[in-house]
Amino acid sequence: MTSLPSLRAEKTPSRSAKDLVFRIFMFAGIGIALGSLATLLANVIIEGAPRLNLDLVTSMPSARPRRAGIQSAIFGSLWVVLTTAAISLPTGIGAAIYLEEFARRDRWYNRLIELNVQNLAAVPSVVFGILGLAFIKRGPLGLGSTVITASLVLSMLVLPTVVIVSREAIRAVPDSFRQGSLALGATKWETVRHQVLPNAFPGILTGTILSVSRALGESAPLLMLGALTFITFNPTGLDSQYTVLPIQIFSYISSAKQEFRPLAAASIVVLLAVLLALNAVAIFLRNKYQKRW
Amino acid sequence: MIPEISLQPSVGVRRRMLVERVIKGVLAAMAGVTVVTSVLIVVALVRPAISFFGDVNFLEFIGGVDWKPLFKPPHFGVWSIFVGSLWVGSIALVVAIPLGLGAAFFLSEYASPRVRSIVKPVLEVLAGIPTVVFGFFALNFVNPNLVAKLWPVGDVGTYSVLAAGLVTGIMILPTVASLAEDAMASVPDALRQGAYALGSNRREVSTSVVFPAALSGIVAAVVLAASRAIGETTIALLAAGSKAQLSGNPGEEGQTMAGFIGFAGIGDQATGSTGYQSIFAVGALLFVVTMLLNIASIRVVRRFREVYE
Repeated sequence: MTSLPSLRAEKTPSRSAKDLVFRIFMFAGIGIALGSLATLLANVIIEGAPRLNLDLVTSMPSARPRRAGIQSAIFGSLWVVLTTAAISLPTGIGAAIYLEEFARRDRWYNRLIELNVQNLAAVPSVVFGILGLAFIKRGPLGLGSTVITASLVLSMLVLPTVVIVSREAIRAVPDSFRQGSLALGATKWETVRHQVLPNAFPGILTGTILSVSRALGESAPLLMLGALTFITFNPTGLDSQYTVLPIQIFSYISSAKQEFRPLAAASIVVLLAVLLALNAVAIFLRNKYQKRW
Repeated sequence: MIPEISLQPSVGVRRRMLVERVIKGVLAAMAGVTVVTSVLIVVALVRPAISFFGDVNFLEFIGGVDWKPLFKPPHFGVWSIFVGSLWVGSIALVVAIPLGLGAAFFLSEYASPRVRSIVKPVLEVLAGIPTVVFGFFALNFVNPNLVAKLWPVGDVGTYSVLAAGLVTGIMILPTVASLAEDAMASVPDALRQGAYALGSNRREVSTSVVFPAALSGIVAAVVLAASRAIGETTIALLAAGSKAQLSGNPGEEGQTMAGFIGFAGIGDQATGSTGYQSIFAVGALLFVVTMLLNIASIRVVRRFREVYE
């Protein structure tokens, strides 16, 4: 009687030991990543719990920890992020359409733009702050510490990411759609407008929500633009002085008074809640409109 | 009689062609904004940096270890904050490379689709945590509860380079994990199946087949993560302290290049003062270092990528 040979990899003691080590190595990676996230969340929630109430969002920042809140920071963040979206989304999506649909790959300037977008996406955010300090806050534009200064700088910061994610969404639209449209006599732009963009829209939306939500959490470039001041009023326009959530949190963390720590933690919980909500919306849209061609 | 046929485009077609050309121009201009941004960054950094080196000896800048640009008398030895950045960057990589690769192997080679669909979004959440929150975590939790209790050398104060580096490592971990996983996922299954057929088990396939085949993508991921760690400002600013010093002990406080830029930026220096210009000189150095890393990362991918059809 012949027994069938086993097709599984043979088990030897040294193999089993190495397998175990490798498993520990992998689970350490996942475990520490997830564990840090859990610890971080638990830390801010526990520390911030006593201050997590409606007073936090209805009060203005103050030098007295008991009465201080983050109302002007919430409104400031809204102003800055919406203005940033209004500037960076049309520009970024337009650039993505150009690179995907119109640009000829064999021209050197198109390759330069592509390389430049890739490189710009990895420039440290504080460098964009330096750019804003030299040209927008002071210097030629001289707009001061205003909502529009912050929005222009953050727009340049998120632009490369918006371009990259929009290109991916546009590339995912099958070529047969384009060819069908062109064969019926549509021009390139008509094809883009009526076939490519409507089909790429969900992907563009998901990607751009995620890239603009980055602007909501950004602090380093705004520190360079003089945002770290006491603002106890909500912005009234683009030329208004402002503070934003990450900057207000920074200011509460770096305050000499220890009583500001719970306030900082509670403000972090608010910021994270808004970011998670944006993430959830993006994931929901992705799942709802995801198409397979 | 044969009617004459005009080969000229009709008025309608000509209008459509014009619209087409205008729109193409507008879209190209939008793409050009990204190039203008890069040019502006270079101009913004270079001009004040040049006048900075008119006031400060270049050799003192590059060779000195005493960094007190906002004091009187000022000292401009960039070495101490350059080394500060290297410390934070290296500590972050020591944390992020093994943990990120472990996570990538797990997600790409071991996890079931169900586990993957839970773990991956959670990693994305970690990637989306703002740096100011990580800074709070480093200052409020990691430094007092881990670094101060476990670091064996010297006394650990309120701030430490080590806490900033560790938390920066956690910040870049998802970058390493997700880019490395992308590289592993693009290794064709035929290679894995070949190795299984020769009697390899899952671990051997991961380490001897998938890892070498994905190496260029993994190296690019690590280099990109290093660039992000060196450029990280807010964590360094909140957790590493603001005392620039050349020290071999990461349990002490220290300042990084990015941390100095943020620190001086908050201080609202008078335009044209040497303190103001030092922001740009350090910014130019930081920009050059991170750009070299970014270009290296892009080139590694282009050059050594194994293309499988």
